[in-house]
Amino acid sequence: MARIIVVTSGKGGVGKTTTSAAIAMGLAKRGHKTAVIDFDVGLRNLDLIMGCERRVVYDFINVINGEASLNQALIRDKHCDQLYILPASQTRDKDALTQEGVGKVLEELSKDFQYVVCDSPAGIERGAHLAMYFADDAFVVTNPEVSSVRDSDRMLGLLSSKSRRAERNEEPIKEYLLLSRYAPDRVKLGDMLSVDDVQDILSLHLLGVIPESKSVLTASNSGVPVILDDKSDAGQAYADIVARYLGEDKPHRFIDEKKGLLAKLFGGK
Amino acid sequence: MSLLDYFRITKTSSASLAKERLQILVAHERSSRHQPSYLPQLQKELLEVIKKYVNVDQEAISFNFEQDEDQETLELNIVLPDHPTKNV
Repeated sequence: MARIIVVTSGKGGVGKTTTSAAIAMGLAKRGHKTAVIDFDVGLRNLDLIMGCERRVVYDFINVINGEASLNQALIRDKHCDQLYILPASQTRDKDALTQEGVGKVLEELSKDFQYVVCDSPAGIERGAHLAMYFADDAFVVTNPEVSSVRDSDRMLGLLSSKSRRAERNEEPIKEYLLLSRYAPDRVKLGDMLSVDDVQDILSLHLLGVIPESKSVLTASNSGVPVILDDKSDAGQAYADIVARYLGEDKPHRFIDEKKGLLAKLFGGK
Repeated sequence: MSLLDYFRITKTSSASLAKERLQILVAHERSSRHQPSYLPQLQKELLEVIKKYVNVDQEAISFNFEQDEDQETLELNIVLPDHPTKNV
């Protein structure tokens, strides 16, 4: 049985697709057979971030409608043979995504895969609802910024009431906080909510902090998940997150400011 | 304290303001999360009925919904004005 992870946030532009691509790659690199699904019908982008946009033949909706088999639609990642991508459809018909259809695809994937990562679209419409409905774990991607924190809290409410686990009175979805685009220097100046502030408000288990990093844009420019850039801070942050998720005890990094030479000379602590 | 800290102006940071606003908002939104979905409509219709007989405005009426282990309470508070009755 596969473990189903939803990457969600409510708000757009906080890093859901970047995170989905990174953690799916991270899990696969560690030898776990992983599938990552784009639920953003009409606005497919995971394929671009994963660098497989030119290899898309069939998509998620084709599989649901029986126009293609799952094996025909899954794209094997070029960097890691344990990773497969199921792209979203570019059709404008949002109703094409049905609960029954999504359930069937996830069930079939579960037979063969260890992890299925569901990249949720922004908002609380059908795509976002179905991405979280079947989940076992939820990665709530949040930026240290008021609208993102508020929307994350809204998603927590939906995770606890509008999921299959909630409807069946099963053990609730495990929720984790991924705080992204974090800038320790701005936190220190009092211009940005700190990790502790966000945790005080959301009371979530912190899986990791991803620092604001130039490497995220470079990675998306070239269509390579940022976790493969193991020299970059964001890449290392995602690697830590995958390790923690798999039960390893990794101390948190990237929460405090990197000290330059001047700060070392003048800094007290 | 470092030399740099010495020159920093102390004022309420925007981050602490953000935290305060969020805490209030999130607490409010969480409390209304478990309310039945018909509540806003019920509130609207009750207000219309009350308005037929009493001169009250929106602010004079407050709704409070609470949920315990085994019971749900809907509390309705109306502050009556000095000359409440309408000539019906």
